[in-house]
Amino acid sequence: MDWEIIVALLAAAVQSGTPVLYATLGEMLSEKGGVLNLGVEGMMSVAALAAFLTAFLTGSPWLGFLAGGLAGACLASLHALVCIRFLGNQVVSGLALTILGLGLTHFFGTPYIGLAAPGFSKFALPGLGDLPGLGPVLFRQDALVYLSYVLPFVFWLVMRRTSLGMAITATGEMPAAAAAAGLKPLRLRALSAVGGGFLVGLGGAYLSLAYTHLWTNGLSAGRGWIAVALVIFAFWRPGRAVAGAYLFGGVMAFQLRLQATGTNLPSSLLLMLPYALTVIVLVLSAWRGHGTDAPAALGVNIEPEG
Amino acid sequence: MAAFRVIKRDEPWRGGALVIVLGALAFSLSAAILMLAAQGKSPLQGALVLWQGTFGHLFALEDALRKAVPIFLCSLGVAVAFRMQVWNIGAEGQFALGAMAATWAALSFPALPKPLLLPLMFLAALAAGGLWAFIPAWLKLRFKVSEIITTLMLNYIAILLLDYLVFGVWKDPSSFGFPMTPEFSPNAILGPIGGTRLHWGLAVCAVAGVGFWAFFRFTILGYELKAGGEGARVARYAGLRYGFLVAFVMAVSGALSGLAGCVETSAALGRLQPSIMTGYGYTAIVVAWLARLEPLPIALASFLLALLRVGVENLQLEMQVPAAYGSIMEGLILLTVLAGQFFQTYRLERRRGE
Repeated sequence: MDWEIIVALLAAAVQSGTPVLYATLGEMLSEKGGVLNLGVEGMMSVAALAAFLTAFLTGSPWLGFLAGGLAGACLASLHALVCIRFLGNQVVSGLALTILGLGLTHFFGTPYIGLAAPGFSKFALPGLGDLPGLGPVLFRQDALVYLSYVLPFVFWLVMRRTSLGMAITATGEMPAAAAAAGLKPLRLRALSAVGGGFLVGLGGAYLSLAYTHLWTNGLSAGRGWIAVALVIFAFWRPGRAVAGAYLFGGVMAFQLRLQATGTNLPSSLLLMLPYALTVIVLVLSAWRGHGTDAPAALGVNIEPEG
Repeated sequence: MAAFRVIKRDEPWRGGALVIVLGALAFSLSAAILMLAAQGKSPLQGALVLWQGTFGHLFALEDALRKAVPIFLCSLGVAVAFRMQVWNIGAEGQFALGAMAATWAALSFPALPKPLLLPLMFLAALAAGGLWAFIPAWLKLRFKVSEIITTLMLNYIAILLLDYLVFGVWKDPSSFGFPMTPEFSPNAILGPIGGTRLHWGLAVCAVAGVGFWAFFRFTILGYELKAGGEGARVARYAGLRYGFLVAFVMAVSGALSGLAGCVETSAALGRLQPSIMTGYGYTAIVVAWLARLEPLPIALASFLLALLRVGVENLQLEMQVPAAYGSIMEGLILLTVLAGQFFQTYRLERRRGE
């Protein structure tokens, strides 16, 4: 492989890793507060449609992006209502959300298949775009990719350096102690779950606004589940989420390119790569014993008192 | 301050489960029917078509019973695992593996007499589904990897494997390019019952259902499984072989879904094609949870959700509503039931003026 192909592949890896990165950070925020949300796949999917429709109708990709985030937040608040207020099982509620979300997407999206909406296109950041190597890979992307470069840092900053972030972390670790310290665990949990849903929704929006500008069903294609797995791989740390997301982006891009060059390998076998890699990545991270880094109260509902 | 106070009931609300499920069904149905209006279709007509499609004629009931078979078997499988708090979300993939294994047997030994070929197909499907589910069990026990994600990833892989086979090595050369295997020989077909459109898969369900009930009711292993649901640490304190139990429930769970795949290919389709994957494995999770993991309610709920699928097919035909409409309802039902179950352990009390 020559140099140019490698650069193109890496740039594609960053692009196809970006939706996964948004979704991974979203799920991470939710889990930091103690809410396991397995609805990511459904949320991304609905968000992709909401973003597409909004951009299609208003002509503004930015409004579409926002609509995607709001759609994700809406579905996440349903999950929060069921699990936080009504103490429903978090695993089952998340699955229900995915079933519902995929259904909603197909139901409302089918009439729009094949239509195009205004989306985000790539532009070189002045100065940075011409850096040798790095420039073409990192700085000739679309605006949402640039935004996603800042996001993990902001996430880290909020969680580690603000009292709100620490309160959310406390709620995910020990809600009883957080309550004793005068915090409101139920509210903090709802906040992290809905905020996480917003980020997941932004990831979904990326799929229809930047990854493709066309509407088709099944855009999320398992990326939501991969994001859930990446949170574990990242040991609940935003920095590692970046590495994980780009690794997956790389595999997806590689697999697509291999298909395009007309290899002898059947496409169904190539398509298995990201899913198989998810399992391998989980095994590797468990091997290093970091599965125990999960917030202690993750998935455990807070019982009402009195 | 909120107007209500949450109070824990002294004992669970008896009969509450039924009220909650019925209430959730009513709520979700109405919400879903209203959703038709958002698409510019008449909700009233939708409700009518749905009703006619489900209870309008005997044909629909037959259809529902046919669809209930794979849902019931997968759901029993899911329930075995859920009873031990093992989250097998992989019924869909295990179903696919069962279908593929049965097809392999049917295509490899078409001349084998029926009394040999059918059992061979069943055994192949049980083994394939069980082994496919054993992978996540092993990863969970050996590496502590969450079975939720591995079972799900294996679903995607299984479906792609099925695609690979029906688009490739198993494709019928005379199918005009359609991805499907040749039709099975008559020896590989699990036939219809009498002159009806129902097939002997119903008998398989009866055996599996009674087996499930008897296993948990009468065997020590079944009792241990219930106790094992309290979690790994409790199980170990109680002297249970937690690892063995997890591997066992996953294998049995996968085998049951594999069985469903075999019955569906052999009795309902008579060949393997991608259209066999219609999300029975996910519907099975909804069913298992609605039925509180009990066999008789699982049978009932399987029939109910199968009926819903048939009704939605009618909607699809008459009002061009996408088939995905069914999953909207399934998701809504599951969410409302989950929320409703709150009222079995808690009740609300109006706050007096403070």
